[in-house]
Amino acid sequence: MALIEKLPELVNNDEAFVRRGRFLTAAIKIVVGDEEYWVGIKEGRVVTVECGPFLMRSCDIVFRASAEAWAKFWERYPPPGYQDIFGLTKSGEAEVSGDWLLFMQNLQYFKDLLQAPRRLAAEVWNA
Amino acid sequence: MPEIEPIVGRYIHFPVDGTSYRIYFEEAGQGIPLVCLHTAGSDGRQYRHLMNDSSVTGCYRVIAFDLPWHGKSNPPIGFQDREYRLSTRVYANTVMSFCRALELNQPVVMGCSMGGRIVLELALVHADELRAVIGLESADYQEPWYDTAWLHRPDIHGGEVCAAISSGNMGPHSPNEYRWETLWGYMQSGPGVFKGDLYFYRVDSDFRERVTGIDTSRCAVYIMTGEYDFSCTPEDALRTGKKIPGAKVIIMQGLGHFPMSENPELFRKYILPVLDEIAENTNPPT
Repeated sequence: MALIEKLPELVNNDEAFVRRGRFLTAAIKIVVGDEEYWVGIKEGRVVTVECGPFLMRSCDIVFRASAEAWAKFWERYPPPGYQDIFGLTKSGEAEVSGDWLLFMQNLQYFKDLLQAPRRLAAEVWNA
Repeated sequence: MPEIEPIVGRYIHFPVDGTSYRIYFEEAGQGIPLVCLHTAGSDGRQYRHLMNDSSVTGCYRVIAFDLPWHGKSNPPIGFQDREYRLSTRVYANTVMSFCRALELNQPVVMGCSMGGRIVLELALVHADELRAVIGLESADYQEPWYDTAWLHRPDIHGGEVCAAISSGNMGPHSPNEYRWETLWGYMQSGPGVFKGDLYFYRVDSDFRERVTGIDTSRCAVYIMTGEYDFSCTPEDALRTGKKIPGAKVIIMQGLGHFPMSENPELFRKYILPVLDEIAENTNPPT
């Protein structure tokens, strides 16, 4: 999905965003329906986005939801319940798995990262 | 001339269950006492917009106090040797002790989130002392959606994680300025305080049976919930309202879990008619 492939420019051109993640180096996987994306983060910068499938490639955290759920999540003004990753996990529409300590230590960074594609829809509302 | 707001802050001392507390409160306005209860892990600043709204303060004395352990209210002496855990009994006694200490006559009590939960208990147990209760993001119970153990441990910054947990539970139209001010309150919470509040919210306040005993002829009940609140959902509010004959349930479009602080302009469109109705339907203070 083109939206995820835009993550490097959405993140790396935002100085405050990178600063918030300056202690974070990690690899995550974002699964959009049948497609999966491997995202490499180094000291707050998104350095790699690759589209799968991946054979036996490890990562720290996996975010998984249907393409329909991500599409609502990435709307400029998402419908109720779709504005936050925890809204999706509570309703069962998304699953987060992997290193929960790393996730919670950098929770706002990961939330902002997942929501970054909304900025392609229109102006920032949660930068 | 510099802008000086009409809000005035003071400290009051009173005991709760034998423990002495120094409690900070702010107030503005004159008329019917309106006591405002903040959310878990935050403080009374969430109501600053309401206290600066002359449409409210013209006929209400709006008062917001910080619970012990919150904001500018200290924890009790010896706090360092105990784990903070709020209970229904202590929370209800603290609110009523505050009202009595200030000699408030038939106040309206409005609370948000855990404050919206405790007002249901107050309406049940202290109906004759209260004019009405308003539960914002209020329900008799809610399904847990995260493990509160993550909120207080040495390898995670408590302030940042408490804010980040709450950050998405607001309406997408809420102005960034107020969204982040709301989160700032969470960032400033003391270690373990949000988690300790959630002990009340998660463990000690399943009111699914108790709310059926509320008599709205003695104490009016309003339940107001934002459509974007995925924590205490509109469905939770509607379910609760159905169990309380006479309770009014209002679903607030565009708002989330922090209506009074995340989008004060939108919130006032919902709260002003409710406050007007309470003022019209209840006897004036004597």
